[in-house]
Amino acid sequence: MQRIGVFVCHCGTNIAATVDVEAVAEAAKSVPGVVFSADYPYMCSESGQDLVKESVQKYNLTNVVICSCSPRMHEKTFRKAVESIGMNPYMLEIANIREQCSWVHKDKEEGTEKAIMLMKAACAKATLNTPLTPGMLPVTKRALVIGGGIAGMQAALDIAEAGYEVDIVEQKPTIGGKMAQLDKTFPTLDCSSCIVTPKMVDVGQNDKIRILSYSDVEEVKGYIGNFDVKIKRKARYVDEDKCTGCGLCTEKCPMKKVPNEWNLELDTRSCVYIPFAQAVPKVATIDPRYCLKLNKGTCGICSKVCGVGAINYEAKDEIIEEKYGAIVAATGFEIADISRYDEYAYGQSPDVVTSLEYERLMSAAGPFGGHLLRPSDHKEPKKIVFVQCVGSREEESCKGGKEYCSKVCCMYTAKHAILTKDHYPDTDIYVFYIDVRTPGKLFDEFYRRAVEQYGVHYIKGAVGKVTPHKETGKLEVQGYDMILNEQMHIDADMVVLAAAVEPSHTARRMATMLTAPMDNNDFFTEAHAKLRPVESATAGVFLAGMCQGPKDIPETVSQASAAAAKVIGVLAKDQLVGNPCIAHPDELMCNGCSQCAGVCPYGAITYVEKEFRMPNRTTKMRRVAQVNEAVCQGCGACTVTCPSGAMDLRGFSNNEIMAEVDALCL
Amino acid sequence: MSVKENTEFQPTIVAFCCNWCSYSGADLAGTNRLSYPTNVKIIRVPCSCRINPMFVLRAFQRGADGVILCGCHPGDCHYMEGNYHTRRRMTLLFSMLNYLGIESARTRVEWVSAAEGQRFVDVMDDFTAKITELGPNRRLEDLRCKKN
Amino acid sequence: MASNYDVTKEEIEEIAGVNPLRCMRCGRCSAACPSFDNMKYHPHQFVAMVENGEIDALMESESSIYKCMSCMACIERCPRQVQPARLIEAVRLAVVRKQGQNHLTPDDIPALLDPDLPQQALVSAYRKFTK
Repeated sequence: MQRIGVFVCHCGTNIAATVDVEAVAEAAKSVPGVVFSADYPYMCSESGQDLVKESVQKYNLTNVVICSCSPRMHEKTFRKAVESIGMNPYMLEIANIREQCSWVHKDKEEGTEKAIMLMKAACAKATLNTPLTPGMLPVTKRALVIGGGIAGMQAALDIAEAGYEVDIVEQKPTIGGKMAQLDKTFPTLDCSSCIVTPKMVDVGQNDKIRILSYSDVEEVKGYIGNFDVKIKRKARYVDEDKCTGCGLCTEKCPMKKVPNEWNLELDTRSCVYIPFAQAVPKVATIDPRYCLKLNKGTCGICSKVCGVGAINYEAKDEIIEEKYGAIVAATGFEIADISRYDEYAYGQSPDVVTSLEYERLMSAAGPFGGHLLRPSDHKEPKKIVFVQCVGSREEESCKGGKEYCSKVCCMYTAKHAILTKDHYPDTDIYVFYIDVRTPGKLFDEFYRRAVEQYGVHYIKGAVGKVTPHKETGKLEVQGYDMILNEQMHIDADMVVLAAAVEPSHTARRMATMLTAPMDNNDFFTEAHAKLRPVESATAGVFLAGMCQGPKDIPETVSQASAAAAKVIGVLAKDQLVGNPCIAHPDELMCNGCSQCAGVCPYGAITYVEKEFRMPNRTTKMRRVAQVNEAVCQGCGACTVTCPSGAMDLRGFSNNEIMAEVDALCL
Repeated sequence: MSVKENTEFQPTIVAFCCNWCSYSGADLAGTNRLSYPTNVKIIRVPCSCRINPMFVLRAFQRGADGVILCGCHPGDCHYMEGNYHTRRRMTLLFSMLNYLGIESARTRVEWVSAAEGQRFVDVMDDFTAKITELGPNRRLEDLRCKKN
Repeated sequence: MASNYDVTKEEIEEIAGVNPLRCMRCGRCSAACPSFDNMKYHPHQFVAMVENGEIDALMESESSIYKCMSCMACIERCPRQVQPARLIEAVRLAVVRKQGQNHLTPDDIPALLDPDLPQQALVSAYRKFTK
């Protein structure tokens, strides 16, 4: 039999003014199961808590009901108090007679009556309380970072700094990501590689960080603290441990006509290659699509010239299995395919480029060594037209464009304009924009500098058509100036398109593996747009960088560091304390219908075949639901969906809520 | 109980509030000292999707005159999509209750965020007024359950 | 001057099946328009004027509504499905409806043809029926 103690708080006069607390305490005495009741001016004070503790011991109470302020206020306080004397904290109930009674009702008689009802409801629920123990989960003290761009590198460095091991899985042969491909960064015009390559070296040299480059995540199982991940290490046909990165093989490789992804295929590379001089790890990779040895069995020059015998044509893809406690998704972005915008003649003329291609054209490590030349005839462009919002801010039904603003284009276009004007002051630059969006520290000043100091022509309007002229080599740009209200025709040498950014094409596959939610644009969704912006709704999965939405480098770095802090928060614990108020199925009632799994937003419910004892010593295999205690957040959606009523929620069980309903209605 | 018998009809109203938005909204109403009728009795649930249609039926059976469910605004659910489940389930349940003779004004789903103390009060005032107008629920009330 | 034609913007929007509020003023319609220089009100202005309810002015501006060749380039380029050409078509229709039965006779057509522009009727017919 339950022995309930009821404690009524005056909260000074906050409660006592409109609720007759003595009457509530008196009324409690006649409630079934209540063996003790008392009132006290400040129940949450030290002496108030002592009163509760002493009474529990003195009267041998099994349950405690506190009539006081909102449980959101002091439930934790009182639970801690009773826990300190060995009572299960979940045997305590709070009746909210302050926020939801004394403060909202003026009439003392009515207020007292309601307070008594609330007290009775709490007692009714308390009678049915069962001791709950939160599950303890061990934590694997290692983190996985998916993606080796600036977001992934920053997160990995911060986690490693705290002393935990980190693996970075990068699908390309080198880390560095898109930032390594940039020429300069806005608004300070720092050289991008000068700031990112030292970071790459830091990552490469950090003994807590292991770089799994040229690899893919194949499978993710498990939950926070205990992820089991399968990683495919693609065969690079070069032994990473032996290769010194001397580059002799890349020089001698006869297959030199392979499009160079690093320079966005504006030039070519050899078939065995190191993506760029500062690559980390600085290890050669053989491109199996073009290698003569792998495809035709001829050649084999690289293995002959390699002084350390690192080349291995027999290499195979390898799957490695690892355990992690937390995962950071930093899968980054791509430039959206804009070939369907044939009005801009992208693909028809090599002089129409995307902004990232323009970035490579300007880069000192780019195809023209930093000399800005047109790809078609290698002449300096004298008139350049920039077109904004190509594929961004467009309804998907129109041309499959992106409805969102890509955020970084306005700034990088201003950067391109300024850099071009800096190096070649006699260049005419036109920027066609719909809106110029430059919120950010020193951002608008930067854009105004392009206009006022460098004389870049910003035109409110759009480009309707780009016509390449074979004879003159010019691009005829037909545009429209909205302010002057006239159509313009510009004979440009180059057209640069600010193409939309989109999440990496691997993001959806990754999100499915991680059971992390995504939006319609394939960006990862954060757990709360305002208050939990770096966490995925899936516990233990954190987000950094463009994979969560368009953002610039400083924002990416801050998000990565924030995600790292969250990861450290998980890894620092020896055990994770679960939330005990979670769903649990009654296996005897479960029919294995899978309805609950369908509504669970966290993928916490799985099914197992279990053997059940039947009459006459027989057994029967049955499919029953199983709730993963680490993943379940306790929303209760499954409990209502369950047709057989097998699923119940601990702490808010069907019986408990029904008892409350009964107490309040009668 | 004496108050109830002496004055005009005082409805019993059960309000299920989700822990994250509506329960906090109700707390906020208290913090701001915004008053609403004492008839409203709040039951805390983790999420509006925890509310089993059985609870609503039970309330009516035990003599509640109105049942209101409060949850986070669509899209703001702490558990991502719980309130969408609520919306669908309750649409079905309420139309069935309507068929059984429980006026549709006796049942309601409202979205109240943690910041909307005033809205909570407005909703409760309005709901209580409507129920008072409708009078006692005699259709589903099981008189055997009433003690005394 | 306000010669009231009694045509509301709601009617135009209904005929066209277009919501001008979707326009975000990017100007791509006018950038693509081949008749731009011949029109008094250019496609983007046309959208804005419908949105503001200045239908009378549009109905009176023959140079706007009849110089549009219905080539649908503006519809093709528009990133937000505002479809300016449909609005222009709707205003043309409104004018025709007001005028009643006074159709063009075949003899009138040659005088109205602009030798520099493609045959409006042909372009228009092809585009309209293939869209």
